[in-house]
Amino acid sequence: MSVIALHPNREQERNRIDAPGTERAAPLPQASPAVPLAFSLSGIGKRFGDKTVLDGIDLDVPEGQFVAVIGKSGCGKSTLLRILAGLDKPTSGTFTIPAGSTPDRRSRIMFQEPRLLPWERIGRNVEVGLTGIAKGEVARDLSLKILDEVGLADRAEEWPSVLSGGQKQRVALARALVAHPFVLALDEPLGALDALTRIEMQQLLERIWQQQNFTAVLVTHDVAEAVALADRVVVIDEGRIALDLPIPLARPRRHGSPDTARLEGQILDRLFGRG
Amino acid sequence: MVMTATSTIARNLAGWLLPAALILAWEAASRTGLISDGVMAPPSAVLAAFLRLFASGELVENIGISTLRALTGFAIGGSIGFAFGLANGLSRLSRDLTDTTLQMVRNIPHLALIPLVILWFGIDEEAKLFLVALGVFFPIYVNTLLGIQGVDPQLLEMGRIYGMSKRQLFFRVILPGALPAIFVGLRYALGIMWLTLIVAETIAASSGLGYMAMQAREFLLIDVVILSILIYALLGKLADSFARLLERLTLQWHPAFQPA
Repeated sequence: MSVIALHPNREQERNRIDAPGTERAAPLPQASPAVPLAFSLSGIGKRFGDKTVLDGIDLDVPEGQFVAVIGKSGCGKSTLLRILAGLDKPTSGTFTIPAGSTPDRRSRIMFQEPRLLPWERIGRNVEVGLTGIAKGEVARDLSLKILDEVGLADRAEEWPSVLSGGQKQRVALARALVAHPFVLALDEPLGALDALTRIEMQQLLERIWQQQNFTAVLVTHDVAEAVALADRVVVIDEGRIALDLPIPLARPRRHGSPDTARLEGQILDRLFGRG
Repeated sequence: MVMTATSTIARNLAGWLLPAALILAWEAASRTGLISDGVMAPPSAVLAAFLRLFASGELVENIGISTLRALTGFAIGGSIGFAFGLANGLSRLSRDLTDTTLQMVRNIPHLALIPLVILWFGIDEEAKLFLVALGVFFPIYVNTLLGIQGVDPQLLEMGRIYGMSKRQLFFRVILPGALPAIFVGLRYALGIMWLTLIVAETIAASSGLGYMAMQAREFLLIDVVILSILIYALLGKLADSFARLLERLTLQWHPAFQPA
């Protein structure tokens, strides 16, 4: 993927995500020499006016990890994700992306809505993910390749309006992944899908994540989904991390196995303050 | 494809059934004396007038003059309206500076300016162009502005996240998003264009379709009067069909324009 390895705005992006008035930390000492950190949050706080949404979040995520962030509505999980994706700045604390082995550390975000351009065909919509990175023939090839990954290669010439909700979300996933991001932030991307399509999408997401080795941060309010997909589940409550639970289950995981049920119970207990 | 083509033609023809039936009934009523010749000329007489004026070249000349006036006025007023719509949709400063003024002027019926316009321009071409341009300006302006303001902010955010430049954002997100509303303005403006021109030509002109109708009235040529009215109707329909064709070509992505 040498074509897309260069990103002219890399430095700007890295500067933009630092909170005003905080110094950028030097690359952190790595927790384990084998797996370097993808990013590190330290003391991240976010206020909107008087309202404190995030209050001192510390989180180190190793490269390639799949983290699920769970919390009740309004707990600040989406704000955390927007900070990760560079859409919002934290009011306090530091967000560090250590300079690592990978030269390009682009991050992408995927929303609950597909946000496809209705007036551009599917293929062109995926090419939006290559804006400023590749164009023309190269962009077309890359987008066809990724559309093939999500099983929609034959729909490249269609309008978004003819696709189902799940298919649109697969196009959005293809658009987010076409430039091979280092971090993929997912803001309840499966929230609006029906139960069966959801499970299909979860399997697709897991397969592509395993192939591409990006770091994934999934915000969800579906505990079963978090346990099915993530290496680690972080529960956020009132702007703080209330639980940080590793999910050491082998993949592919089966919905409804005793192990997943036990972990789901543990998370639900913490969410509702029963643990 | 053949099936869809024939069914499209059939659907288009269906719209002409009612006018055709009305014309037949009208002719019958005239022949039987139900409608007196002093009130309405029968369609056959209107047709005869059409052939007579067509042969003399008078009709073609007047239609040409009126169409040229309509389109020139439309081009002037429409492009200024579009420019203001874009500027005020994209720039807050521009909107703050000009929108209030434009909204005030919009509330003056532009035909109320006819006496003033005659004082300024006499009954020359400028008078008609000015009125048409003014009439066309507002629907285009208002709908362009509305279209741009109505562009989905989630799509704009998406475009920015993916690093689109301002130019890319405009051509790939804002303009296509505003296009359906712009077309509403366009079709509305085409209606106003003919309306304004008819009034202006009827009141103050020395050529054109409206002038032709007024001359005919002086000489009690009721067939020519009715012919002018019918031609106005046809020209209006033609303009609307053209706008719809443009709409179909540029809004292919829109579910409303896709073959079922």
